[in-house]
Amino acid sequence: MRPEWKDFVGGKWDKEVNVRDFIQRNYHPYDGDEAFLAEATQNTKDLWAQVLDLQKKEREAGGVLDMDTKVVSTITSHGPGYLDKSKETIVGFQTDKPFKRSLQPYGGIRMAEKACSDNGYEVDPEISEFFSTHRKTHNAGCFDAYNAEMRACRSSHIITGLPDAYGRGRIIGDYRRVALYGIDRLIEDKQAQKDSTGRVMTDDVIRLREEISEQMIALKMMKEMAASYGCDISKPASNVQEAIQAVYFGYLCAVKEQNGAAMSLGRTSTFLDVYAERDLANGTFTEQQIQEFVDHFIMKLRCIKFARTPEYNQIFAGDPVWVTESLGGVGVDGRPMVTKMSFRYLHTLTNLGPSPEPNLTVLWSTRLPENWKKYCAKMSIQTSSIQYENDDLMRVTHGDDYGIACCVSSMVIGKEMQFFGARANVAKCLLYALNGGVDEVTKKQVGPKYRPVSGDVLDYDDVMSKFIDMLEWQADVYVNTLNIIHYMHDKYCYERAEMALHDRDVKRYFATGVAGLSIVADSLSAIKYAKVEVVRDEDGIIVDFKTTGEFPKYGNDDDRVDEIAQEVVHKFMTAIRRHHTYRNGVPTTSILTITSNVTYGKATGNTPDGRKKGQPFAPGANPMHGRDTHGAVASLSSVSKLPFNDAQDGISNTFTIIPGALGKEDQVFAGDIELDLNK
Amino acid sequence: MQGRIHSLESFGTVDGPGVRFVVFVQGCPMRCAYCHNPDTWEMNAGTLMEPSEIIEQYERNAGFYKGGGITVTGGEPLMQPDFLIELFTLAKQKNIHTCIDSSGIAFNPDNAPLLEKLDHLMTLTDLVMLDIKHIDPEKHKELTAQPNTNILKFAAYLNEKHVDMWIRHVVIPGITDDDTYLFELGYFIGQFTNLRALDVLPYHTMGAAKYEKLGMEYKLKDVPAMDKDKLLDKKQVILDGIKKRRTQSS
Repeated sequence: MRPEWKDFVGGKWDKEVNVRDFIQRNYHPYDGDEAFLAEATQNTKDLWAQVLDLQKKEREAGGVLDMDTKVVSTITSHGPGYLDKSKETIVGFQTDKPFKRSLQPYGGIRMAEKACSDNGYEVDPEISEFFSTHRKTHNAGCFDAYNAEMRACRSSHIITGLPDAYGRGRIIGDYRRVALYGIDRLIEDKQAQKDSTGRVMTDDVIRLREEISEQMIALKMMKEMAASYGCDISKPASNVQEAIQAVYFGYLCAVKEQNGAAMSLGRTSTFLDVYAERDLANGTFTEQQIQEFVDHFIMKLRCIKFARTPEYNQIFAGDPVWVTESLGGVGVDGRPMVTKMSFRYLHTLTNLGPSPEPNLTVLWSTRLPENWKKYCAKMSIQTSSIQYENDDLMRVTHGDDYGIACCVSSMVIGKEMQFFGARANVAKCLLYALNGGVDEVTKKQVGPKYRPVSGDVLDYDDVMSKFIDMLEWQADVYVNTLNIIHYMHDKYCYERAEMALHDRDVKRYFATGVAGLSIVADSLSAIKYAKVEVVRDEDGIIVDFKTTGEFPKYGNDDDRVDEIAQEVVHKFMTAIRRHHTYRNGVPTTSILTITSNVTYGKATGNTPDGRKKGQPFAPGANPMHGRDTHGAVASLSSVSKLPFNDAQDGISNTFTIIPGALGKEDQVFAGDIELDLNK
Repeated sequence: MQGRIHSLESFGTVDGPGVRFVVFVQGCPMRCAYCHNPDTWEMNAGTLMEPSEIIEQYERNAGFYKGGGITVTGGEPLMQPDFLIELFTLAKQKNIHTCIDSSGIAFNPDNAPLLEKLDHLMTLTDLVMLDIKHIDPEKHKELTAQPNTNILKFAAYLNEKHVDMWIRHVVIPGITDDDTYLFELGYFIGQFTNLRALDVLPYHTMGAAKYEKLGMEYKLKDVPAMDKDKLLDKKQVILDGIKKRRTQSS
């Protein structure tokens, strides 16, 4: 074994690239409490004060402090940047100084230009000229291939938020590989992968060979970039500081080259804990030092920034990076994967204060250690900064080395990736079904000229059958649009740094999404259980509804309507599955429009459930606001009945509650009397 | 045996341990000046429900109630002992944690048939949260229009039956916040070995709107909400009372 791997238990991982095997053989589950955690050091406090000061200046400057307008960002385009070199134990910024946003035109030059101009900067004309004339972008490629129907669907927002002008994101490199193996070994591995491709030069093989070459170039550049900071990542990391640094450099390369819609980190804490445990045992570092490394690492992740337009920020409610890190969970052998490092990550919320980024996500299982559960609950109460996801549900399909990209998209690290696909507005699709493909807002014929509903009162069976037909059409145009988008993204804006940290043959999820589910469920329920009369305008287009009588509403644990919601999801997914997907992507769907529900609502007319034109949709799979009247469990129960098999990319429910309704405050409730009296 | 039900809440987090399915029964003989559920007073209102219907609703979402269970509150649950016996019998068959939130007003040690029912019910009950409104008999009558004699006896009865007990007490500025009485309350409950927790509730004014809606007069309309910080001091006074009693007896 290599000297850097001294004291580690060997296995498959020392012969092949296999991080999971390394973790499983070497990690120590921790079921103790948080008492061991160390406070922030003076250096940490000083550095964080600097960051807070920069944040303040950035806000004062209107949201952007500095932008690069001349240098196209690559892994090696910028020299090293620091807050205070003498104090930083983990180094690296996207450009040569903190809070300076990089220029990334490969997704689309117009988006890059607009991101600059909207913030008062101007892209160097030579660069604009180059990317308009000599080098095609992802965005230009998409529009070259789109047909008229796709363009119409895009402008009417029946399909919306498509990643055709910005980076698709949602790909997580296995950044741990950089630490465990070092770049040289990874390059050797990539060379072997390239040598092992098929010998018949089909399109697929040619593309793969070119991609692996790009990946190898990216790996070499990673080494060079790290060297500019005085770090050698050609070899494996030999202690926890080097390991954290290597993981961060891997991630940094990804965000230097991709301004993706979600740039997540993966599942790094338990991996890194193996190094920390070894260093603690050998006396290499103290707990205080290790916490300092973690604090500085998280601090860097909080400084990741991208150049974005106000419209982009409107869709995503801010300019989130979605540096999602998945913590905890349980291994397939039943051992909880909570380690001291999991605590250290959450502890940054104490040492640095609450923050939405990185998006610390706890993979929740009923079998997690009690001390960890309590600590998570305590930190949630104190900071409101933790996201929770159901590990018991996801472990079944993904095993114990998956991570979350963005907010809910699960994928096995280094082995699976996702083609992000935005969403189909199914509420609008229902209106198209009623109007025979005519858009209720623009009055244009966007969808196919199917027969519209006749008569004044809507009939459930008639509407449902028309809706299913229209859903088939929507799925068809949606999947085909995405096929173009991902073809072009691979071609013109390939994620070489992230893919260099994947296996050769990755499983690609072809993600789609649904917006407006609760509106469709309630609308169909109204048609079925109440009386819905239509109101037509002068052109005979249905623009409003008169609903009389009561009808069951989604969000009350009422099977009559909950089953409609389930059926819609199933029908949609069935329609999606029927299509050819680019690179044989495995189709999935999500119901998780957490922020863009407002934008989608704006573009959608009156709906039979009583929602008015322009009113926001409910977020994700939520019941419509105010319609769930049977308490939280009934509301959650409706959502939890949605079939995960038909929505494997995730189902989200945004749940807000006043603290007092969630339980007693500790100091008021005396709890066990005997204990309390001993104080 | 059907019960008179005011309403059901699927996500109760403040009425017993864990997340609870809360059954609000209809009907209460107390007329507490600060009651925030005056709509549950009337004895003959509400909806009639079978115990099995309630257990069915619980079972649908049983996953949410791990570590929790069923709490019956009201209204005054002990006004419907037969219903409770049937409900809790079903619950215990399914291993559901059972809890009664009561004022103790329905207790009467001289009523043998009732006592027999309660004896049975207590074998099915995991926890009673007993709300003692005031320790002083006179003040109690002023506040609730009922004496507290049997309520205090109920606490002793629960102790004798080895049923876990939480004591709840609402602290109202100027009405139930007198240190002498709070200490006395603590001293009284300190004698019971079944006492598991003390739940001191700050008086809030959110009930007032309900009275207005129901066209009823709200007697405490000039009383401000209880300050949280002061509440902690008041809790300490009760704890001191408990401590005093326990040091004496040990």
